[in-house]
Amino acid sequence: MAEQAQLLPGTLDLLILKAVSLGPLHGYGVLLRIGQISDSALLIEQGALYPALFRLVRQGLLKASWGTSENNRRAKFYELTAAGRKRLRDETEGWNRLATAIASALAAQPEEI
Amino acid sequence: MRALAWFRCLIAKFFHRSEVADDMEAELRSHIQLRADDLERSGLDRAEAERRARIEFGGYERYRQESHEALGGNFIETFLQDMRFSLRTLRKSPGFTLVAVFTLALAIGANAVVFSIMNALILRPLHVPHAESLYAVERGSDQAINHSFPDYVDLRDRNRSFEDLVAYNVNGAALDTGHNPTSAWLMEVTANYFDALGIRPYLGRFFHHSDEHGPNSAPYIVLRYAYWHSRFQNDRSVVGRVVQLNKHPFTILGVAPRDFQGTLLFLAPDFWVPIVNQEQVEGLNVLNERGNRGIIMVMGHLKRGVAPAQAVADLNSIGSYLEKTYPKDDSHMTFSLTTPGLAGDWLGGLMREFLTGLMLLAGLILLAACANLGSLFAARASDRSREIALRLALGSSRRRILRQVFTEAVLISLVGGAVGSAGSVVLLRGLSAWRPFSTVAPNMTVPVDPDARVYLVALVLAVASGLLFGAVPVRQILRTNPYEVVKSGLLRKGGRRITVRDLLLVAQISICAVLVTSSMVAVRGLVRSLRSNFGFEPRNAMLVGASLSTSGYSDESVSAMQKHLIDTVQAVPGVKAVGSVDRPPLYFGANTAIVFTDKTADLRPSNAAAEAMLYNISPGYFDAARTALLAGGYFTWHDDQGAPRVAVVNREFASRVFGSPTSAVGGIFKRADGTRIEVIGVAEDGKYASVTEAPQPAMFLPTMQSPYARGTHMTDSTLVVRIDRDPQQISAAIKSALRELDPGMPVTIQMWDKQLNDSALFASRMATLALGVLGLMGAVLSITGIFGMAAYSVSKRLRELGIRVALGAQRAEVLQAALGRPLRLLALGSAAGLILGLLATRVLAYIVYGATPRDPLVLAGVVLAMALLGLVATWIPAQRALSVDPLILLREE
Repeated sequence: MAEQAQLLPGTLDLLILKAVSLGPLHGYGVLLRIGQISDSALLIEQGALYPALFRLVRQGLLKASWGTSENNRRAKFYELTAAGRKRLRDETEGWNRLATAIASALAAQPEEI
Repeated sequence: MRALAWFRCLIAKFFHRSEVADDMEAELRSHIQLRADDLERSGLDRAEAERRARIEFGGYERYRQESHEALGGNFIETFLQDMRFSLRTLRKSPGFTLVAVFTLALAIGANAVVFSIMNALILRPLHVPHAESLYAVERGSDQAINHSFPDYVDLRDRNRSFEDLVAYNVNGAALDTGHNPTSAWLMEVTANYFDALGIRPYLGRFFHHSDEHGPNSAPYIVLRYAYWHSRFQNDRSVVGRVVQLNKHPFTILGVAPRDFQGTLLFLAPDFWVPIVNQEQVEGLNVLNERGNRGIIMVMGHLKRGVAPAQAVADLNSIGSYLEKTYPKDDSHMTFSLTTPGLAGDWLGGLMREFLTGLMLLAGLILLAACANLGSLFAARASDRSREIALRLALGSSRRRILRQVFTEAVLISLVGGAVGSAGSVVLLRGLSAWRPFSTVAPNMTVPVDPDARVYLVALVLAVASGLLFGAVPVRQILRTNPYEVVKSGLLRKGGRRITVRDLLLVAQISICAVLVTSSMVAVRGLVRSLRSNFGFEPRNAMLVGASLSTSGYSDESVSAMQKHLIDTVQAVPGVKAVGSVDRPPLYFGANTAIVFTDKTADLRPSNAAAEAMLYNISPGYFDAARTALLAGGYFTWHDDQGAPRVAVVNREFASRVFGSPTSAVGGIFKRADGTRIEVIGVAEDGKYASVTEAPQPAMFLPTMQSPYARGTHMTDSTLVVRIDRDPQQISAAIKSALRELDPGMPVTIQMWDKQLNDSALFASRMATLALGVLGLMGAVLSITGIFGMAAYSVSKRLRELGIRVALGAQRAEVLQAALGRPLRLLALGSAAGLILGLLATRVLAYIVYGATPRDPLVLAGVVLAMALLGLVATWIPAQRALSVDPLILLREE
């Protein structure tokens, strides 16, 4: 396993929205999907996922329904709502702008000043 | 959309609380199962996989809690949780809970009582439609409520601001329904009274403006509902019946609605009659005398859109017209408006001041109680610092702990508030049913039933005080460092720093000392006023009221009958002296008249030499009342209509009009009608209208020379009877003698000192009672405060005291160590409170006669009281400190 990075505050919600946008998932699935799409580079304590999920449901960004998992266990599946999709788009843009700015700032060389 | 989702979530949580919780738990468990499945697939056995899955999940409880919070709508749930926890902890310390609830019940109860009195007498309007636009008219800078009838008529007909103006007046009369005449209270009103107030009859009809056609033209009676109920047993056929009012036939027109008690808060009349029939009711008609200001009160509804200030300007312009047109009778005709109900500011002003003061003191009580509870809570928080630290260490947030502390505080204050309100309701019910003047005025009540507003105030006070004293330990909790506390046990704060608790205790004790000081000043003032010189001797004297005008005696026969009465009573064995007076001094106010020096030619009110109390007396009065004569002599029965007009004046009158008491004898003064009166004697000063008044000029005129014996409240003249034997026996003898004289004449007999207690000294007595109760509460609060502090400090230092004892400390040293601090704080607080109290009690001097803060007895009393309180409060803790057994204590550690 590669070295893992601590999650920045507020980024967990964004990751969850992204993971769910790729197809309905149950909680554990969200975790796996985040691991998969981030090459397991991010450290998320498993339990911490749920308060975030419930928060997103309360904000109307996700909706949930019970279903059956691939190995036949009952599990709750989450999918994006319209508001969630919009939020994901906005936050992605915001994050990209921030990342670009920080990256270019950190890439600055003495001679460029 | 989002709000909708949030709302749905909230609703779901609220109504399906356990469902939601189960659902969440199921989801978390399913996560662990799914993870375990994966781990199992990677080769672990099932049990190990599940264990690993649980570990990887992290703090299950914590995330469950956080998830729960993330779902929102936790307020009620958390609240209930805190509530349950608070109830549990409070049950575990019943002593603390009891003391706290009791303290608050006392404080909030006191506030509820004072507030509902204030509410009933000042804040709540009269029970009439549109009471908010109803105003009483007051005259002059001293806000007199009495107007003359012609002035009223001018005000009514010339103003452009009022819908209508009514005049009314309270009087006593004898009502005979065919069996036996009984005295009753009535309101004489202008015939537009009910129409102007918008009252509709319950039964029959009311009289109207069109019923008035000059003197005695409207012999009608409208009954009050309660009187109809008690006197006529709800007999509906009473309408149209003719009854005898002071031996004149009056027709009962109807019954007023049940909730209409007239327009004076403290006196509900038995019935209403048109004021045009004044002659039949009072025995004389003064409705045409512009200068005669009886106690006719005026009020009315302002027209829609007219501001009170506009109405005052309007009235004042009529006033200046009246001054110009009637210079002889009208002066100082400026007007102001006030709320009706308490006879304007005559009673209302005093009442407002007194109740505001009382409310302030009650507020202080609550503040002291909050300080008390604050220090108790702070002590409790430091006792519970271990528990708090543990909860912090286990992951509870400080916010959550504070919330719980506040829940506990508010819970206590709510229970205290409920108990206090319940107590106050009982007290107020008693107060409302109470007839303080049962001997003279059975209709006088103190209508102070609590209403929703009172309960609301109690609730607000309870919650506010809960938050106030709950806030005291906040800093302490915020600073708790869980690691330190769990490691080393209790936090030991170093040194003898002054803590918040000390400050609170000093504040509390000084507040209590203020209350104790005020109550002592009040009690001293009352004692002094009971012993002071009124200018007459109320002990061993009776007031015999014989209603002459209500028995049908007219002007000429009154004088003859009066002489007859006096002679009859004089003949009763045990009676030493008898004299009549039209209205005894200190009997619900006094009659006054302006006088002029003999040299004054222009007899307009502004030229008057003095406004003197006026008493029409018979020759024996001074003897019977024991009023000392300073110079000159008395008049005799020969000073009648045929003889030159004479008077006895008091010292103040003599010095104001003639310069000195001695030069007055033989001097002449004039009355407003130009009558010249010679002074033949000077009597000592006395108290006339109120016990707190400054020396007032007074004149005593022979009743035989008065044009008429002007009606007073219940009786035309009162006999003052000096006795030297058992009052019971004499009073029975007088009654039977008078019945022989005239069987139809209502007679009332009361001891003079008792009557004074019920009237003139009533305000002082009530004030003293109220302040006494508040002082007692202050004392109780300071006891609980000192006791709490001392007991706490002893229990905290029990081990240290044990060591001291083991090392050979003497009893005095142990006590000094254990109680020195609380006692020092007590002394400090008492001193501060004493000084504040002495400053504050200057205010009392207005109400309580002779209340002076600079009284060595009061000072000593307060110091002694506070010392005693300290002794009582520290007694139990001291016993506990002294009984410390070092062996047991040291073994326990």
